[in-house]
Amino acid sequence: MNVKTPSKLEKIFAAGHVAVTSECGPPRGSDPDSIVKKAELIKNHVDAINVTDNQTSVVRMSSLAACIRIKLMGLEPILQMVTRDRNRIALQSDILGAASFDIHNILCLSGDHQSFGDNKQGQNVHDLDSMQLVQTVRYMRDEGKFLGGEEIKRPPRMFVGAAANPFADPFEIRVPRLAKKVTCGAEFIQTQCIYNLDRFEEWMKRIRDRGLHEKVYIMAGMTPMKSVGMARYMKNRVPGMDVPDDVVKRLEGTPKEKQAEEGIKICVEAMERLKSCKGVAGFHIMAIEWEEKVPEIVEKAGLFPRPAVD
Amino acid sequence: MIVADKKPIEEIIESVKEFKKILILGCNECVTVCEAGGKKEVGILASALRMFFLNQGKDVKIDEQTLERQCDHEYLEEIRDVVDQYEAILSLACGVGVQFTAEKYHSTPILPGVNTCFLGATEQRGLWTERCQACGSCILAFTGGICPVSRCAKRLLNGPCGGSSKGKCEISKDVDCAWQLIIDRLKALGKLDEYEKVQPIKNWSTDRAGGPRRVVREDVAL
Repeated sequence: MNVKTPSKLEKIFAAGHVAVTSECGPPRGSDPDSIVKKAELIKNHVDAINVTDNQTSVVRMSSLAACIRIKLMGLEPILQMVTRDRNRIALQSDILGAASFDIHNILCLSGDHQSFGDNKQGQNVHDLDSMQLVQTVRYMRDEGKFLGGEEIKRPPRMFVGAAANPFADPFEIRVPRLAKKVTCGAEFIQTQCIYNLDRFEEWMKRIRDRGLHEKVYIMAGMTPMKSVGMARYMKNRVPGMDVPDDVVKRLEGTPKEKQAEEGIKICVEAMERLKSCKGVAGFHIMAIEWEEKVPEIVEKAGLFPRPAVD
Repeated sequence: MIVADKKPIEEIIESVKEFKKILILGCNECVTVCEAGGKKEVGILASALRMFFLNQGKDVKIDEQTLERQCDHEYLEEIRDVVDQYEAILSLACGVGVQFTAEKYHSTPILPGVNTCFLGATEQRGLWTERCQACGSCILAFTGGICPVSRCAKRLLNGPCGGSSKGKCEISKDVDCAWQLIIDRLKALGKLDEYEKVQPIKNWSTDRAGGPRRVVREDVAL
């Protein structure tokens, strides 16, 4: 098996399995149990666990600290890191900190604008952008050097990921943008939540036309809808989210007490369809504050049990 | 130009209420164009303050003057003979003018009457928008002449981010997505392929990050 890092996620892909990841949002407090409990809920049904980094710009326990908790449970964390809050000194430093706990996966993001969060008056940093962070981690790993050129003693060994939103505008740049991330060294991609399957498949076709699916593992992002209210919110309020009318209508036509169940059904149907979409190498299930449903989704989508790799 | 906006009158009153002799000092450059600190605004503010003090039953002398520029020694010299007549100068110039005036008249309080906002242009009457953050190392040649440093909310050099929607930025429907503009422009120039060139990590030492900046030009120095 040809792998560059000790990452379990990389091994799953390299062995040709459909990978499954999910995520845990760290708590709004310092209680360590919260992250441990969330990880317990999903640990048998996923290959690796993303830990979000102050998502939507709301202050939470640090992604790195929560990743360490998960790592100490013997699980496989994916450290999400946004360029909004740290300059290149802090980013490199935190990468080393993560590497010291043998955290072997990183997802490089720019992060939501701080105006969405609870510290709207704060500065944002953006010393690097997400692509340059991908380049930075790859440089630290592959060259064993800091951006400043000095040698790193025991360089990080991280499998490097990035995000892609097939639904944001301008659409014609969405594939070139992914190509750019691959050029920068991204090895896996987790996409934005997919509801518009036709548009996603069109994007994947363009990815395949350029052969990008052979250069990077693409994980389809899935978020089950809990209710029609959530669907409407995602459709109308979340930038870069594409929720087709028929998804909203389907939930509208479902009695309130059955909407969550229907939301899971929609999610599982989408996964079934995308399993046969060439180039989809895995699924990233973002069940927001609904981690307990991840096992059910994975099982219903026929992705359980998870494969073992060395 | 440097774009400024008026400070709230309450804030200005709070800063000048203890003084009995005040000079309101306008500037004939950028702040005149953006209608925040030129001769006209000096007059309006002077009237408002006179009315305020009159209502308070206070006898306060408020004079008006507008200089060609407050960022030049030469023009600032024009008030040298009168500056001692005032307890404070309320400058309606940008932050540069306020500071340059303060440096020149060391023992006179110089107060700002506007908020200096950004380097921008008059998009239409009553609407000024940002175009430049003076990062000191221009990349417009690579971005179709549209600046992601000043116009992208995350100053992404390899954007757009996932929040770009229908040409607008994720922070507001009133803000254009800089990267949508860049892509549209590259397309119009027949250079869309150039988007895929990765912009390297930027040297921000010429930006604010490098500390107070200076331009030294020996070829033009006297």
